[in-house]
Amino acid sequence: MTVIERGDLAPGFAAPWRLLPRLRTPQAITGGVLLGVVLLGGILAPVLAPYGPAQVHFDAPFQLPGTIGFALGTDDLGRDILSRMMYGIRASLMVGMVAVGLAVVVGTPLGLAAGWWRWLDGPVSRLTDVTLAFPFLILAVGLAAINGPSLAGAAISLGVAQVPTMVRVVRAETMRLKESPFVLAATAMDASGPRILAQHVLPNCLSAIIVQATVIMPAAVLGEAVLSFLGLGIQPPTPSLGIMLADAQQYLGRAPTAALFPGLAIVAICLGFNLLGDALRDALDPTTDRK
Amino acid sequence: MPQDAENPLLLSVRGLNVAYGDTPVVRDVDLDVARGERVALVGQSGSGKSTVVAALLRLLPGGGRITGGIIELDREDLAAASEARMRAVRGGRIALVPQDPGTNLNPAMRLGDQVADALRADGLRGPAVRRRVLELLAEAGVPEPERRARQFPHEFSGGMRQRVLIAVALAREPELLLADEPTSALDVTVQRRILDHLGALAEAHGTAMILVTHDLGLAADRADRVVVMLDGRIVEQGTPEQVLRSPQHEYTRRLVAAAPAAVVTQAEAGASREAPPPSDREASGDVVTVRDLVKEYKVRGRGGLLRAVDDVSFDVPRGGTTALVGESGSGKTTVSRILLGLEAPTSGEALVDGRTIAGAARAERRALRRRVQPVFQDPYASLDPTHTVERVIDEPLRIFGIGDRDSRRARVAELLDQVALPRDVAQRRPGELSGGQRQRVAIARALAPEPELLVLDEAVSALDVLVQEQILDLLADLQERLGVSYLFISHDLAVVRGIADNVVVLRQGRVEEQGSVDDVFHAPRADYTRDLLGAIPGAAFAR
Repeated sequence: MTVIERGDLAPGFAAPWRLLPRLRTPQAITGGVLLGVVLLGGILAPVLAPYGPAQVHFDAPFQLPGTIGFALGTDDLGRDILSRMMYGIRASLMVGMVAVGLAVVVGTPLGLAAGWWRWLDGPVSRLTDVTLAFPFLILAVGLAAINGPSLAGAAISLGVAQVPTMVRVVRAETMRLKESPFVLAATAMDASGPRILAQHVLPNCLSAIIVQATVIMPAAVLGEAVLSFLGLGIQPPTPSLGIMLADAQQYLGRAPTAALFPGLAIVAICLGFNLLGDALRDALDPTTDRK
Repeated sequence: MPQDAENPLLLSVRGLNVAYGDTPVVRDVDLDVARGERVALVGQSGSGKSTVVAALLRLLPGGGRITGGIIELDREDLAAASEARMRAVRGGRIALVPQDPGTNLNPAMRLGDQVADALRADGLRGPAVRRRVLELLAEAGVPEPERRARQFPHEFSGGMRQRVLIAVALAREPELLLADEPTSALDVTVQRRILDHLGALAEAHGTAMILVTHDLGLAADRADRVVVMLDGRIVEQGTPEQVLRSPQHEYTRRLVAAAPAAVVTQAEAGASREAPPPSDREASGDVVTVRDLVKEYKVRGRGGLLRAVDDVSFDVPRGGTTALVGESGSGKTTVSRILLGLEAPTSGEALVDGRTIAGAARAERRALRRRVQPVFQDPYASLDPTHTVERVIDEPLRIFGIGDRDSRRARVAELLDQVALPRDVAQRRPGELSGGQRQRVAIARALAPEPELLVLDEAVSALDVLVQEQILDLLADLQERLGVSYLFISHDLAVVRGIADNVVVLRQGRVEEQGSVDDVFHAPRADYTRDLLGAIPGAAFAR
């Protein structure tokens, strides 16, 4: 019988629509700006990029950054690194979004169901355990072996690899919310399971899902780079950050900057999402309320 | 009160101001504590009473800071003292007994070691530490200290944990003990034992004590002087006798009037509550009939069965109120969950209008659930934070398919009127409302499908005294107007007294005693009921 000592104005719960004012931390702003620049570069690539991604200049290979006409230099075939990077970011983000989408679309309902209906918990949890036991590389190699390496294959294998974490997060939230008084009240009103899940549990899980998505995104971007580097993802000449790294590797001694910039882009994407994710987590956590 | 002839004043606070960020929370507080004196600091949540305690220790959380004033302990200003100096003062001269025994002990550490920590901080080493730990635990009233010192917090009950915290606080024989709501999380009978013990120890050691509490009755019982705080200021102080008998400040007057123990006297003066004519009631019968109800839980690991509810029978008269009273673990919440159809009984029956929810077909269950609606304890947790108030209140209407969009909107407005909330609340979210307002929303939601019975599970326990009184008034008013019946579940006998017609006293799942309010309160038959009644704080002043 605890007496609840809380200020009347204390935000008892953090909800997504109250986030913006709480995201004015240096961390969140740094992450936001990093992502903003990278995203803008990727999205506006067809407009902003000075050359096509596969346009070669055999007369000007291995140009250094700062060369007139090639702001970040060129690679072994004289392709403009800046242009290729901008298109490469598109591919990376696309893979990331497909992976996040897959994890959310598949993971959330599974997590909700496993958390709510006890008889489903066992099967779903064992399934996620099995999936977790497969390294995503094995899955990617398998998919590539069947369909040939492609962006879609890489995205699917990365997405599938991320489903279990999403299932676990949503399942834990659901189990917590299942015991909360407002869910009990809804049950006492004879609300059905699916209704409670849709009206009460899912909206209250959103914060956790958003945070988890910001964790999955950089993991998928990194994963795409790994797969493309190994030749299991996007195929040249289509640019991707991983392919640019793989290409640059052969000439690392002669043109180190050809590897530097795509690497930095990956760092910016991952750091941006991680910073933003951390800030989001803090902003969404009711225990870190600042009055 | 033993006094040092040279300097009877142990602590002298002058013009203390504390702010969190730019918001002042304590304003111009003057407070004196003589050696060996027991001072009670009373106020509702947000009154700044806990902040004063934290400021005395210079342990203000987060952005809190002392913005003015002096805190003199034996003529030394603690507000200006160095951090190193403060470390010597904390624990050594001023010790704290915190509120929640559940979270203030390290769950991964043996209790004896946690007491020993306080001693080692004082520089004690070697076998003397262990001897002193056992001595302290025994002194704090922990039985078999040898064995129990090796146990972990989860093996202790709440009351026992609080005793350990008292042992930690007393370890270095402080001159001033700060007890911040030390028993608010405990059952009343445990609360009484702990406070008796704490008082006796403080007296034996000549320790002065500042007792922070929201409970005026408790303060009056336990202190030499009562200090009432409101919005960060001290509005009144004096002996318990003065404060309770002739309160000067408007706020104290309302507080005294609202104190449940005082309500008892008023009710008695007015020949108790107007009971509806009995003939009426017999005609309409009982809404709820509970017969031989048993609920058993499997205890994990031990293969045993726990009887949470053991052969309980009682009725709720139509249009009346039956109260289930008991301490934690008495099974009162389990009974309510069975009635709401959230759990199935092991045997026996819980009938609403002669029918049972457990095992009912879907359509029948739905019809029954419409008649029984719950109001839970914590108004912060019982409303979905993502919904607007309107959506919260019309949810049962939508579930039961009552009315169309316009009629539901009208019904929500009507319900808001009934619970005395302004209509513009409808578009706000629960997070923007105060605790009392939220509980009104929860009541409005429960009333929405026009139920015959409300199950009020500790519905006012989490609220401040004044808000509590308002909600109780509202409930009485609604019962009169709508004829709805209540099953009122509470650990607080004083509150029950004001609202119930019948009382069922539960203990460890069994009915100890039941009868009308007057019978149970005036002529309790069971020892346990007498024990509970005696433990109501402030009873001595409510005569």
